[in-house]
Amino acid sequence: MSATDIQAGANSLRSGPDGRGRFGIFGGRFVAETLMPLLLELDGAYKAAQADPEFRRELDYYLKDYVGRPSPLWFARRMTEQLGGAKIYMKREELNHTGSHKLNNVMGQILLARRMGRTRIVAETGAGQHGVATATVCALFGMKCAIYMGATDVERQKPNVFRMRLLGAEVVPVTAGAGTLKDAMNEAMRDWVTNVHDTYFLVGTVAGPHPYPQMVRDFQSIIGVETKKQIMAAEGRLPDVIVAAIGGGSNAMGIFHPFLDDPEVRLIGVEAAGCGLDSGRTAASIERGRPGVLHGNRTYLLQDADGQITEAHSISAGLDYPGVGPEHSWLSDIGRAEYVGATDQEALDAFQLCTRTEGIIPALESAHAIAYAAKIAPGMDRDKIIVINISGRGDKDIFTVAEHLGVKL
Amino acid sequence: MSRIARRFATLRQQGRGALIPYVEACDPDFDTSLAILRGMPGAGADLIEVGVPFSDPSADGPTIQKAALRGLKGGSTMKRVLEMVAAFRAGDNETPIILMGYTNPIEAYGPERFCVDAKAAGVDGLIVVDMPPEEADLLAGPAAAAGLDIIRLVAPTTPDDRLPVVFNGASGFVYYVSITGVTGTRTASTDELAHALPRLRRATDLPIAIGFGIRTPDLAANAVRAADAAVVASALLNTLEGTLDADGKATARTVPAVLEQLRGLADAVHAVSKAVTK
Repeated sequence: MSATDIQAGANSLRSGPDGRGRFGIFGGRFVAETLMPLLLELDGAYKAAQADPEFRRELDYYLKDYVGRPSPLWFARRMTEQLGGAKIYMKREELNHTGSHKLNNVMGQILLARRMGRTRIVAETGAGQHGVATATVCALFGMKCAIYMGATDVERQKPNVFRMRLLGAEVVPVTAGAGTLKDAMNEAMRDWVTNVHDTYFLVGTVAGPHPYPQMVRDFQSIIGVETKKQIMAAEGRLPDVIVAAIGGGSNAMGIFHPFLDDPEVRLIGVEAAGCGLDSGRTAASIERGRPGVLHGNRTYLLQDADGQITEAHSISAGLDYPGVGPEHSWLSDIGRAEYVGATDQEALDAFQLCTRTEGIIPALESAHAIAYAAKIAPGMDRDKIIVINISGRGDKDIFTVAEHLGVKL
Repeated sequence: MSRIARRFATLRQQGRGALIPYVEACDPDFDTSLAILRGMPGAGADLIEVGVPFSDPSADGPTIQKAALRGLKGGSTMKRVLEMVAAFRAGDNETPIILMGYTNPIEAYGPERFCVDAKAAGVDGLIVVDMPPEEADLLAGPAAAAGLDIIRLVAPTTPDDRLPVVFNGASGFVYYVSITGVTGTRTASTDELAHALPRLRRATDLPIAIGFGIRTPDLAANAVRAADAAVVASALLNTLEGTLDADGKATARTVPAVLEQLRGLADAVHAVSKAVTK
């Protein structure tokens, strides 16, 4: 969708996926036959929308006047001084309407759903950011909305649950499994297969069957496209490092993608290491998983030897997922992007660092990216540049953080 | 000729439809599910589907989800599933066994080794719920080499111009998912089936089984009037679940209750007389 994609040639790392929806061995369309014709229809509708200047014009209008784009690229002066190394910039996705990068994708898909004549939206959510964004556009366009959310997440993200209900969405708690994002995804797929005639499945991350990983990436690429322009204006050159948190990986894919063909820019995805990468309680699918098939795509998954999916763990509900978008799996295998972990504790520390030095309360998801940036910045020269994607704001997380700090609200 | 083809040929000569019951491996334990499996041919099963438990059965309704979780708790792994089929095969060399499951446990086992081991255990066909024709190359070669049938799913949403894609590479029989939805929920109406079946018959000569939402002898009989076979899963699993004790363990009633229900379904299916074909 972005101008960079159109320019991407055959040797570009931005030309994927292939016709089967594959990034190398990853991706694909592993769904029941009932859904297959719908995915083919969606693929066709998306291609037609991409080719239609009116679709782009409409999307740009809503992104500017409703979402509030472009989002600023902020030079984090005090954090830079405190860490004493590379210059730190923050891409301020938390300033979007609804408080996260999620609305970029949701706005694109809801316009597509309308073009396809769908009247009902179903979505999965973890932290509730995607659910809130989805409920918001359903209110905006007067569409019916059902949000599936793990029962555990309903409990730890109460403010977002209330927000979704205020917006008119039906929030369905899912008790299967551990009651987190994976189980919500299963249940959303069951709803979709049952209500195919009028329902559009609005996937919130760069995972799921083709064309979702591609489509969500395209809609989120606006983050990287803007970052490129903004850093050129501020510094006259590209950054040395871009750091973003990875759950399914949509904010990371959005900021990485426009830089894939700039090999001088290191791309670092920070997975949730939970209690530690080797603790067995982690959500680090790339670092501790194996390739497998779940939720419509082949990708790195946390699983046992028999191919049963294991539960993920993270303090951040938005990262608490045993898989990852297939394009990240591919970027890891070919070595174009690096994938590392930040623990629950490191994220909590970074949450406070960002809040105290910049006056920005980041989402716990984004705090994982800040944690890793804070780890590497002091060892870098002062003329080096790091961009951190601040994917969301942390108001929703203050209860969780208070609990971990031993504060009763 | 494969066991599946042989069984359908025999049924056609006899002018009968087939009942295909489902049993989830290791639900709630290995021995109970093996006892049910062994009892099924005697209770009227013509072919049998053995469910391979998976942690995330996203196309299944609550009944099969619970059965899969019980199976995993009961120690199911792909290796145990194949051991169970081999134990059944030692006493029955005729009744076709079809494994039904999801891609990931097969991928984790290794598709080639899986097909070789499944064939050796006595498996005849595979239904992989989340493997549409577009992804079928993962198993097509190894399954053909091992002599396993790949049973394709076809749905009400499958348009006519896609039917050749779905049936290309299909063997054994075709499984018609008669509703849009998950297992064990809504039932297709007679009208819906009357509309669907001619559409499928025009596109394939393979026998057609109908599944999803068939829970009573009447519904099973209806299905074989329209098609060649009826698949019953959730109804039998509900019965099984109802016999478990408070800890989810099997009781003395578990195996007989499931087989008794199966007998009622089979009697209704076998009472339907169909045109005799060669």
